[in-house]
Parts: sequence; structure tokens; C-alpha cells
Amino acid sequence: MDFLIMNEGFPLLSTIVFLPLAGALILLFLPGENVQRIWAMAVTSVNAAISLPLYSRFDLTTAKYQFGEHVSWIPSLNINYTMGIDGISLLLVLLTTLIMPLCVLGSWTYIKVRIREFMICLLIMETAMLGVFMALDFVLFYILWEAMLIPMYLLIGVWGGPRKIYASIKFFLYTLAGSVMLLVAIIALYLKTGTFSIPMMMGQEYASNFQIWVFLAFFLAFAIKVPMFPFHTWLPAAHVEAPTAGSVILASILLKMGTYGFLRFCLPITPLATLSLGPYILWMSVAAILYGGFTALAQSDMKKLIAYSSVGHMGFVTLGIFFLNRQGLEGAILQMINHGVTTGALFLCVGMMYERTHSREIADHSGIAQNLPIFVSFLTIFSLSSLAFPATNSFVGEFLVLAGAFSVNKIIAGAAIPGAILAAAYMMRLLQYVLFKGPGRPDLADLNVREIVTLAPLLCFVFWIGLAPEPFLSVMHTSVDYLIQQVDVAKTAQIALNVVP
Amino acid sequence: MLFAPELLMLIGSLVLFCLCLGQGKGNLAKNAALVLAIASCFLSLATLQMSGSLFYDAYRIDMYSQLFKLAISIGLVVVLLFSGELKGVDDQMRPEYFLFMILSTVGLMMLVSSVELLSLFIALELSSYSLYLMVPMRDDHGGIKMQMEAAIKYILFGVVATGTMLYGMSFIFGLTGTTYFSELVPKMHALASTPTAMLAIALFMSGLFYKLAVFPFHFWVPDVYQGASNATTAFISSIPKLGAVAILIRITTLVAPTGGEAVVNMLMILAVCSMFYGNLSALVQKDIKRLLGFSGISHAGFVLLGILTLKDTGYATSMYYIAGYVFMNMACFLVICKVSKNGENVCIDDMSGLYKRAPILALTLLVGMMALAGIPPFVGFMGKFMLLTGALRDGHLALVILAALNTAIAIFYYLSVVRVAFCSAPEERPDVPVDLLTRCVSIALIVVIIFMGVAPKQVLAVAETAVRSIF
Repeated sequence: MDFLIMNEGFPLLSTIVFLPLAGALILLFLPGENVQRIWAMAVTSVNAAISLPLYSRFDLTTAKYQFGEHVSWIPSLNINYTMGIDGISLLLVLLTTLIMPLCVLGSWTYIKVRIREFMICLLIMETAMLGVFMALDFVLFYILWEAMLIPMYLLIGVWGGPRKIYASIKFFLYTLAGSVMLLVAIIALYLKTGTFSIPMMMGQEYASNFQIWVFLAFFLAFAIKVPMFPFHTWLPAAHVEAPTAGSVILASILLKMGTYGFLRFCLPITPLATLSLGPYILWMSVAAILYGGFTALAQSDMKKLIAYSSVGHMGFVTLGIFFLNRQGLEGAILQMINHGVTTGALFLCVGMMYERTHSREIADHSGIAQNLPIFVSFLTIFSLSSLAFPATNSFVGEFLVLAGAFSVNKIIAGAAIPGAILAAAYMMRLLQYVLFKGPGRPDLADLNVREIVTLAPLLCFVFWIGLAPEPFLSVMHTSVDYLIQQVDVAKTAQIALNVVP
Repeated sequence: MLFAPELLMLIGSLVLFCLCLGQGKGNLAKNAALVLAIASCFLSLATLQMSGSLFYDAYRIDMYSQLFKLAISIGLVVVLLFSGELKGVDDQMRPEYFLFMILSTVGLMMLVSSVELLSLFIALELSSYSLYLMVPMRDDHGGIKMQMEAAIKYILFGVVATGTMLYGMSFIFGLTGTTYFSELVPKMHALASTPTAMLAIALFMSGLFYKLAVFPFHFWVPDVYQGASNATTAFISSIPKLGAVAILIRITTLVAPTGGEAVVNMLMILAVCSMFYGNLSALVQKDIKRLLGFSGISHAGFVLLGILTLKDTGYATSMYYIAGYVFMNMACFLVICKVSKNGENVCIDDMSGLYKRAPILALTLLVGMMALAGIPPFVGFMGKFMLLTGALRDGHLALVILAALNTAIAIFYYLSVVRVAFCSAPEERPDVPVDLLTRCVSIALIVVIIFMGVAPKQVLAVAETAVRSIF
């Protein structure tokens, strides 16, 4: 267990994971809709607060997994309850705990029926999502990964829009179909190593043929979750039909699980396959960036536009990951956080407008700048952040990714550049319509205090990461270096194998 | 004391027989059956650690048999609790219905303890004949005598399957000159790789494949599920399968661990065929009972995955899986029995808006269906996961991939039921009244399904100890 720094005393990670679940159980017995809302808000806020020590007590100097917990679970199969976080998962855990209270706030009046059930779904989601980022045992990971499907299915299927049935089924089937082969790969790895522990599966010398198959099984599951072109078709449907909180969770956290999967499993467990298949994935990422950009340009539905822009943004993330250098990887991780902040905020904005106009069409919101100045200010900043305007968060992320890209392969990097321009084009088009075209909507009220409070924290992060990204980057340095080292070891081993006759 | 659970049930069936003689004692008979079932649970639990032989060694009490008896009794209690009011069955016939239910259970309890071919056969027939009689006991809906058709099909297929099984037994007796398992095991091991022995084992197994609804002995399933009353189907679809698995494991020990290659290949092919046939057919069903019937066929295929490893852990996993299956299945049938107003069949569309009409039933349905589909954290996932691990450990990669693909196919039809229950409007369908007892049973089933899923350690440990007690 030398990969794990055990947590002494208070089991912080388990508390953070299971607090929402406990909250959901108590919520079953709480009467009154407002009480239920406040309770959900309280649980998620407390969880956000107690997750902050993860950052302050995080040891920057080690690549080992910290705050570790280890309990035997099913000894006959060597399955354990192992939890721990490193520099890669720390920010994602914090992102999750911080986004959840905003989701609750954002659905305060949006959800009008079955508040209790809605909040229970949100809280169960939070438990599963946090667990996915913390799990260091593959079975635990898989259980939480799949367990997320049911509450998310219900969020879309029960509280969704008019085509919710189609969207929710598509989401469920796609994700599940992707992950069944993941299960087979996990079992195959277990039979090779005799353990389900993720860190112990890393750095083993598997045959390269075996690695390719395992990598492909991983890739299918994670590429669908990201979603990479051409596995993205569930995403626009699910985003458009989901309620605001559902869209935010999908965009901010669920999509990150795919790229987190690449970082945590593909690179360190199957480095040889990563090296040999990586170039193809880079081109798939470029395709996603361009495809997402062009499709977003053609949308008249605001949610769809943001959904397709997600495809493009996540393309940048996978691009950064598979260049396998420090700048690219750090840029990718930062870009995961940025996308979570910015796209989450944009979905919240659209949701707030939908509550007022019951429409997501751009044309129905033309010229509202005159009537809703506060809203439009928020929307403008988040849109600029989405197109990676300097001084906003996405600029730092995309800059790092592209810097990493240019240092390795100028052709692929050059091919991704139009994506950045496309992002500007579709976001400016959205802004132009909302700000200037049309007569305006005098019947609409501007944002109230609750809505401002919902958006303000995200606004802070946009500028904080944009202007001073060092606190965010510093936590990942050691882990990213270690990750690159893991891949390099395999690379040199392979070269040595080829050289020595 | 060793024979206590069966003895109690036998006495109980006599009591029920007396009740049949009077008029309109349906409720009394139900309560008697329920008391019997609960008492049999406790007696099985009390005799769990005992072991011994009875009836000139033809009957063996060990942890393995007692564990199955416990599971059978628990299953019976649950069925009686949620379907005891027998909506689709004529009041006049109710005492007889409970009599046959108890007799069938006695048959199964004797089956799992039988270690001699003839007593095994008699026990199997006792349980089957009672079931044959339960199927036609249903009100006639629409004058098409669906229940009669179902009963005829059930008995005809059943007779053919038992005939085949008897034929296989005759081979075994011819080869070895004995009918006792304890003597059969060494003799069959010596013969294990001969074609005749393979044929004998295959024929012997077919009678149990029929009970378990494994392809190609599944033809009775959809029609019987549809034709029999909801309570009967709940019983047929779960409890006899426990007995079938118990005996299948016993038969497999005749060839395990060496020389069983042909048997393994046969089981593999049957498993794959069952999964694909069951899942693909279930995709197009409208009637939920038919859907669950086909899903049962595919689950039978999954159970074979554990048996075909010919290892103790594999057997234990199969036991775990079938026990989990009983609970998942019961959860679904509980909802069907409650949603069905007068005992008529339930279509998928009848579940529309169930989450508004009866939230607790909708939740039970969600848990049951998702557990059947193999979504964590429910028992269905853990069972499938362990079965796949065991099969892959034995090197059956193709089989595991096909099984995994089947999981993906299956999710579609399970989800289509859940979708209707949660995402559709009720459209004038009335609320479903749910009494306190049903509520408690629902919650208990959900808790068991989740608990077995997240803490399989204890269940597996018990199952594994039990499997070792066979030898």
C-alpha cells in the first residue's frame, strides 16, 4: 500500500461521499417543500465547506494518493473499499462539491413538482460522482460509475422537457452500452494482477496486444462519456431535455468523468497502447473541436448551442491529454475545471431565462440587454470565458493545451486552431442576438438576489483562474509529472525491447 | 428434528386438505399457509448447522440442503404476503390453491435433500404436479380459456422433460448399477469422458433445464406466465428455480472437476442461447409477465455461467445469483400483483404514471427492474460481476463478452418498463391503493436487494460453506 498515504483520524473522504446520501435518507421524512429545498441546500453547502480542508491540507510534494482510506470489502475476490485523491482528482472533487449547492439554488423555483424526489436524486448523484473521483478500487469505481445512471435517468426522464423520454433512454443506453466492455476489461486486468486496486494495476508489464484490447474497452466507455465525436449524439438530446440542474451536472461533472478516466486508467495502466493509439485520438479530438464548433454555429436553441460547444471544448481536453506532455496535461485538467465552471454557468443562465420565457430559442430573447442588464452582464462574461477570451479561465487552459500541442506536433495543433475561432463565432452570434437585435422584452424581470448569488461564485472562479491560475496549477504539478513518468517508463522499455535483439 | 421443516409442511398440507373440505375458508387457508411458511423458515434456520442421513441414506440433511430450504421458505413467505389475496382465483378454489402451493414447496424441499435418483425424481414430480394444477386455477378473462391452454402446455412440456430426465437416469443406473449419489460420484468420475456418460448427464439435466427455463426447454415459459394467475406466476417464476439450481449443482459434481469438458461445452452453448433468445424476445413484449418470462430465460443462462466453471466458488456464485434473482423477481411481481386490479394481466402501458399513482410501487419496480438489468449497487450487478469474473478466470473470454453484450441488450426492455412508470402521464388511470403490509414487504425487498448487492461477503461465505458440505 505504498501508493496510499493513509488518513489518520477523521475519515474525511468517506464523510464527504456519504454525507449527501445520508442527507437524502433524512430528506425522505421531511415535510414541506421549502423545508426540503433548504435541507438539500444545507447538506450540499456543508459538504462544500467540509471539502475545503482537502485543498488546504493537500501535500503538494507527493504524487501519492492522499487522505487514504482502506477497508476490506469482499475478501474472496480481493475487493476493497479504497479511497484517496491526488492532484488530478482533487480539483474535480472540489468542483463537484461547489457546483452542487448552485444546482440546488438554480432549481429553487424551476422545479415545481416532486421537490423531495428531485432533491433526493441530486444528492444521490453527488454521492456517486464524488465517489467516482475518489475510488481507488476498480469495482468500487465501476459500481459508483453505473449507479449514477439511475438518478440521472430520473432527473431527465421525470423533470425533463417535451422529448424527455427519447433523451433519457438514449443517455442511459449509450452510457451503459459503453461500460459493459469496461467491466470485461476490469475483470481481465484483475485476472492478470490478482487485485482490483487501481494503483497496483499501473506500471505492470502487460503484453502490448493485451494493452490494446484493454485500452479499446476503456476508450469506448470513456469516449462515450466525454463525449468524443462520433459518440456524442446522446449529449445534445440529454442536455436540451434535462432540467437546469441536470444540464449543469451533466456538463460540469459527468463529462469530466470520461476525461478523468483517460487520465486515471488509460495512460498509466495501458501506456503502450496509449502511445500507439494516441495519434488517432488526437485526430478524433480535432474532429470533435471542428465538428462541435460548426454545429454550434448552426443552432437556434441556446441549450443545443452550448451542448455542441461542449463537444468542442472537451475536444481540447482530450487533445491536451494525448499529447502526453506536462503543459498539455495540465492544460487539459485545468480546462476540465474551466469547462465545468463556464458551461455550468451558461446552462444556469439559460435555465433562468427559460423560467421567464419558457423558450430556449435565441430569437425569443433578442435584444433583452435593455431590459435585463444584470443578466446580460453575466451572460457576456461567461460567453467570453467560453470562447477563451484573455483574462478569463478558459484562456489559460486552452493556451496551455495549444502550447503543449505546438511543442509536439504543429500540424495537429494548427488543425485545432480554427476551433478556437469557431468558438468566438458562435458565442458572438449568441451575444449579438441577445444583446442588440430585436425589440427587447419589457415584460421580463431582471435577476433576483437568489439568481445573482447562484451565478456570482462561478463568476469569481472565471476571473480567479483567468488571472491567477497558479493555486490551481500548483496542486497538479507533482501528479502530472508522475503520470508522464509512468508513460515514459513504458516508452523506454519498449524502445529497449526493440533495440536489444 | 432433521426432518422438521418437511414434516411440518406435510402436516400443514394435511390441515389444508381438511380445510378444503369445507366451504369458503379461503382466508383461513391463507393464514394457515402463511403460518406454515414462516414456521418453516425458522425450522430451516434452526436445522441449518445439522447434518445427517435419513431413509436408508436416500435423503441427506446438510447445510447445502437446509440453506436452499431456507431460501425456498423465505420465497414462499414473500409470495404469500403480497399475493395472498389471490385476486384472479375463484373464492371456492382458494383452499385447494394453497394446498397445492404448500405441496409444491414440500416437493422442492425434499428435492434439495434427495441424494438418490428415485427419491429425487419423486420429489420433483410432487412439486411439478402441484404446479400443473395451480396453473388452470384462474378466473376466465374474456372467455378464451387462456389458463387452460397454459396448463396443457405446461403439463405436456413438463411430461416430455421428465421423461427425458428419467431416460437419462436409466442410463446412469445402467452404467453404474446404483442410484445413490454417494456411490455415483466415484463411478461417474471414472466414466466421465465416455460418450454414454455424457449423454446420460445431458439427458438427466434436461428435466432441470425445464424447471429453470433454459433454452431449449423454455417453450412453456411465455404462455404459462401469461396464462397463469399473477400469484401463480410469481411462484413458478422464482421458487422452483431454486430447487432446479440445487440439483443442477449436484449433478455437475458427478463430472467435476475432471473430464467434464463436453458438459461444460454444452452448458456454455445453452447459456449463450438462453441469454440471446431470452433477451431478444423480451425486447418486443407488451405483457409484463411475458417480458419477465423471457428475462427469466436469459437469467437462467447467467446462472449456468457459474455452474459451468465446475468449481466451488462458481457454484456458490450461482447460488448467490439465483437467490438474488428470486428477490428481484419478487419485487417486480409484487408490483404486478398490486397494479392488477382484479387479477387480470398487466401490460407495460398499465404502469403509466405509476410514480404518481403509487410512489412506493414505482420505486419497487425501479429497484427490481434495475437489479434484473444488473445496475449497481443492486444484487443483480454483483451477481453478474462475480459470474463473469469466475467464467473469465476459467478462460471463457468469448462467453464473457457475449454475456456482457447481453447485459447491454437487456437494459433496453427493463428500461422501457421503468420509463413508462416514471416518464408517462397516468392518463385517467386510478391510483393504486397500497396497504401497510405491502409497503413493508416492498421496503424489505428493496433493502434485501441493496444489502445483498453491497455486502455480498456474508452471503457468499455461507453459500461456499454450504457447497463444500455436498461432498
